[in-house]
Amino acid sequence: MSVLTGSFNAGENSVAEAARRRRFGPTYSRNVRAVVARGLMATKSSNWMVMVSGFFEPVLYLISMGVGLGAIVGPVQGPGGQEINYAAYIAPALLAVSAMNGAVYDSTWNVFFKMNFAKLYQGMLYTSLGPLDVAMGEIFLALLRGAMYATGFTAVMGVMGLITTPWAILMIPASVLIAFGFASFGMGITSFMKTFQQMDWINFVMLPMFLFSATFYPLSVYPQSIQWLIQAMPLWHGVELLRQISVGVFSPATAVHVGYYLVMITLGILLTTARLRKLFLK
Amino acid sequence: MAGVFTKRLFHSLRASTTVVLVSELASKDAPVGSHAAAAPYVITAENLTKRYGDVVAVDGISFRVPAGEAFGLLGPNGAGKSTTMKMIGGVSQRTSGSLSIMGLDPEQHGPEVRAHLGVVPQQDNLDEELKVRDNLLVYGRYFGLPMSYLKPKADELLEFAQLSDKAKSKVDALSGGMKRRLTIARSLINEPRILLLDEPTTGLDPQARHILWDRLFRLKEQGVTLILTTHYMDEAEQLCDRLIVVDKGKIMAEGSPASLIREYSTREVLELRFGSERNASVGAELGGIGERLETLPDRVLIYAHDGEAALEQVTSRGLRPVTSLVRRSSLEDVFLRLTGRSLVD
Repeated sequence: MSVLTGSFNAGENSVAEAARRRRFGPTYSRNVRAVVARGLMATKSSNWMVMVSGFFEPVLYLISMGVGLGAIVGPVQGPGGQEINYAAYIAPALLAVSAMNGAVYDSTWNVFFKMNFAKLYQGMLYTSLGPLDVAMGEIFLALLRGAMYATGFTAVMGVMGLITTPWAILMIPASVLIAFGFASFGMGITSFMKTFQQMDWINFVMLPMFLFSATFYPLSVYPQSIQWLIQAMPLWHGVELLRQISVGVFSPATAVHVGYYLVMITLGILLTTARLRKLFLK
Repeated sequence: MAGVFTKRLFHSLRASTTVVLVSELASKDAPVGSHAAAAPYVITAENLTKRYGDVVAVDGISFRVPAGEAFGLLGPNGAGKSTTMKMIGGVSQRTSGSLSIMGLDPEQHGPEVRAHLGVVPQQDNLDEELKVRDNLLVYGRYFGLPMSYLKPKADELLEFAQLSDKAKSKVDALSGGMKRRLTIARSLINEPRILLLDEPTTGLDPQARHILWDRLFRLKEQGVTLILTTHYMDEAEQLCDRLIVVDKGKIMAEGSPASLIREYSTREVLELRFGSERNASVGAELGGIGERLETLPDRVLIYAHDGEAALEQVTSRGLRPVTSLVRRSSLEDVFLRLTGRSLVD
């Protein structure tokens, strides 16, 4: 039995010794991939069913609302003023919603559970990992999942004949951008949550955002003050961004939508890292 | 078979207490391991203090641990043991004082310090979503270790923890003892110089405890420094070369188990039971016997060098206890004397 002796004889040349010679900051050890690898391994063994169901949700909405409701709605005006059918109008919005839902689920409920019940992060932070490694790894996993959904959904749109321009392929990276914004912010918010009741507040914010962010009809139906409120919300920017990309019509507003998410991502990561530091390195 | 083995091991453990003192002295002078050049002590704490708001969890404690020692932190609940462990691991920031682990400040170099540490937390925090062997591999990845190193290492550690046949099991299918062993195996994946064990055997049955003790003793033999908190005094006596007794964040006593018993207790203890009504009143009649007398609701304890002689004195005074028992003084006597018998919450 030589669990340690072998290595102790090897002394400075052992692998463990070499790993120790790496230099780290106090919160980051440049080892995000270990957190990602763990997530992939866990997904493989357990919750792939949850993942598959996440893919079908927007597809079901698209069939029900787009095809069913679309039959009585008829063609509507697209971002460039052109006539498009109703399913093509709501499809990019549903994609934005699904990017949001996936990212929020991964970064809130999932993180909440790992933080408070599985004690996963406590274990991770007793290793060489820093809080930033953990946060970035978890966010990356959320984005990977978001990218898979977006690819699948875009393919479904193609099969249903809702794609009319090659620009539409850019909906996939744009969905990841949207997911990134929600995931980085969601994780920061979750760090404040202590009970399940508080976690329900997240749904309380998400559902109205889903219903009213110009998802199923244009913003112009609202009075001006409500329009401003909705335009301040992140989902509206996501819906508009993807809707513009889906038909290949761009405007200065496109840059504003992208910029909104870049700011959201930056603030979200700063918040999350600060919170993880406070929670785990207190 | 295993029982016989552990029993033999414990005899050698008991005998080793004094031997270890010598090696401890030696380790202070001679450089131990590669890091000894930087610091002969792997852990140095000076006036370590931690406050949570108004609550002082750790109140200016100082201690030093040389490489290869098994060092115990004993104390009642809330004494500050776990907080001290967390500060050593750099996952809790101290309020004041200084702390050096392998020559590094864990607050400034958290990930680097933790690369030297193996941690067995009070509650198992195994990754329930991963299989047993994967738990070891993934944990090793957190330290940035390559798979080519981790794969044979994981198998070796599974064997060490007697879990080889469970390699592909789910973690939640393991018994409490198996989980604990897996947690210890996991803590060894990075070949730590220092192993932090926070109540490693709490909640385990005697068989599982003895297997664990055996494993820990082997690690110690291989030169790993063990930092251990425990509520079990027999465990501390078995495993620790030296220990501190902490109460309300302060160090009450420090030394080897044997020296603490010598200092704070007598060689033997005579336990007398007169029935719960009479214990208190009989106390007055026992004055002068032994070095110290303690009256408890259920029994009277007489601390004496020679317990049998004390018992003769008791009977010669015409007192007839319902039961009497002479035993060796233990660390538990020391602990209770230092930290009191009242419940701490």
